[in-house]
Amino acid sequence: MPSIGWLRLPLWFTYLFLYLPIAVLVVMSFNASKIPFVWTGFSTRWYGELAQNELVREGLINTLIVAIGATIVATILGTLLAIGIARYVRSAIVEAYSLAPAIIPDLVLAIGLLAFFSLIGVSLSLFSVLLSHVVFGMAFVAAVVIARLGQTDPSLEEASRDLGASAASTFVRITLPTLAPGIIAGALLVFTLSIDEFVIAFFTDGPSTPTLPIVIYSMVRFGVTPEINALATILLLVSFTIVISAQRITRLTDAV
Amino acid sequence: MTNLLTIAHVSKAYGSVVALDDVSIDIAANEFFALLGPSGCGKTTLLRAIAGFEDPDAGTITMTDNTPTANPPTTIDLLALPPNKRPVNLMFQSYALFPHMNVRTNIAYGLEREGLPAAEITQRVDEVLEIVALTDKATARPQQLSGGQKQRVALARAIVKRPKLLLLDEPLSALDRKVRAEMQIELKRLQHEVGITFVVVTHDQEEAMSMADRIAVMHEGRVQQVADPITLYSKPANVFVADFIGSGTLICGTVTASGFDALGTRLPAPTTTTTGSAVLLLRPENVTLTTDPHHAPLRGTVVETHFYGGSSTTSIAVPGLDAPVIASHAGAPTVHAGAEVGITWDPTGAVVIPG
Ligand SMILES: Nc1ncnc2c1ncn2[C@@H]1O[C@H](COP(=O)(O)OP(=O)(O)OP(=O)(O)O)[C@@H](O)[C@H]1O
Ligand SMILES: [Mg+2]
Repeated sequence: MPSIGWLRLPLWFTYLFLYLPIAVLVVMSFNASKIPFVWTGFSTRWYGELAQNELVREGLINTLIVAIGATIVATILGTLLAIGIARYVRSAIVEAYSLAPAIIPDLVLAIGLLAFFSLIGVSLSLFSVLLSHVVFGMAFVAAVVIARLGQTDPSLEEASRDLGASAASTFVRITLPTLAPGIIAGALLVFTLSIDEFVIAFFTDGPSTPTLPIVIYSMVRFGVTPEINALATILLLVSFTIVISAQRITRLTDAV
Repeated sequence: MTNLLTIAHVSKAYGSVVALDDVSIDIAANEFFALLGPSGCGKTTLLRAIAGFEDPDAGTITMTDNTPTANPPTTIDLLALPPNKRPVNLMFQSYALFPHMNVRTNIAYGLEREGLPAAEITQRVDEVLEIVALTDKATARPQQLSGGQKQRVALARAIVKRPKLLLLDEPLSALDRKVRAEMQIELKRLQHEVGITFVVVTHDQEEAMSMADRIAVMHEGRVQQVADPITLYSKPANVFVADFIGSGTLICGTVTASGFDALGTRLPAPTTTTTGSAVLLLRPENVTLTTDPHHAPLRGTVVETHFYGGSSTTSIAVPGLDAPVIASHAGAPTVHAGAEVGITWDPTGAVVIPG
């Protein structure tokens, strides 16, 4: 179809709007100048300084502890939740409620969790952040795995039993492998959501153990520095890598 | 014939839907047995109850082990065993091949669960691959196979276990006509070769008639008749079976002490002992047309004729009958649409069904 090229205009405008700031950020992270947004020459100086920054390093370690821990726990619980809902409960209401933490506004979830932790007397620390991330992470994993379960033939498990496998052996040899792409995609999703999660962490974290997003926030309050641009670029790279590999894993195993 | 499987008074309901209603069937060792019936009559439910995936509400399912090693013969209560402990294998309608395993590992799966030595597993899988002619596809994934090949893998995976009884749920329904005909022959040959008792579910009566030694016709959860194909065709036990198996004409009437009365006249029929209302079944090959309508038991107008090369069929509308009478004979049609014809038949070839 010729002559309707102008219809693509909104598309290009959206791309520009979305990616121009990101592109500027990435370019400026290699700026030699200390004044942001004034280009004076190429340099990797800010990446070096970033590595020296004690606060950032601690924040990164805290974030990795939370993200890895929450990913492991949320993946296990979310998978079991999905199997339980899809195979044994089959109730749309139960399903909707258990997936709700993925949809509830972060702020509501954050305030609710904060109230809950003080109610049961859990002191705020990295552990409470981890628990909070498990809450919404579990819902994301369950949503992805339920979708995967919907595509698999329930008679696969029956066939396994029929061929002499016990219930436990069937779970390990048939159920888990057929769900694997969904489980892996869910896990990577939780990891990416957790490493840059700010609102919930801000509410539920203890003062001595800030996660990386909280560290960045406190740095930005005194203005955007090239160092922050460098940090954001690294985070961008990590998120992209994980999301793209999650997509490839699901697509690869679906095609097989 | 020694009994292998005894199904006695099995019932199963899902809420208000009665899937199985007092089903009793005996299946002999080395028999090719078919469960035939319209959709929703409970065939799959019965198969799943035998395999262990459905718990009947009532009744028993037992298996008798007649092998020389079991002397005296022992009887196993199948319902007391979980599916993985039953000496029965089910071939699923969807084939249920494991997508993350190749053909060889799919087939070996059941033997590995038995804990057999690796060498024996390899040998038995090779043998069975040979039988289903898939040796060159051993490393293919199920997704890379055609429908017919998938079906053969599913079959191989079940028979490699050497079950006493193999249950097949509509094994051929996913295949196109030509492959289906080949597979019917292949299934039959395979059953001979491996000497396993087969119970096949189908809703295709031609398939059941051509493959099975005996057939159970089911309708609304009840067994209507269990018999060999020829008996089912020539001596249907009730109107449902008469209508479901083969084609033919059903004429409602009354059996009196002196004969069969219907449509206000006396019709030729075999003599029966019971009197009362009954149905007369005329098979197309038993019906002859005459050009002298006035001396025939029934007369009507030819609606249409079909010529199939070697044989032809004629439909005749008879006043008082809802469906036309079908007549078939060898050669080309001898009458034209619109002609008035007389209809006669051999009374001994007709069937009177009480009801
Ligand atoms: N899990 C279930 N829950 C509720 N009703 C069921 C269930 N399974 C089967 N039924 C009902 O039981 C009846 C018998 O079903 P079944 O699957 O045994 O029929 P079938 O003879 O195999 O039919 P088809 O030829 O269509 O496969 C049907 O009316 C069906 O709707
Ligand atoms: Mg069925």
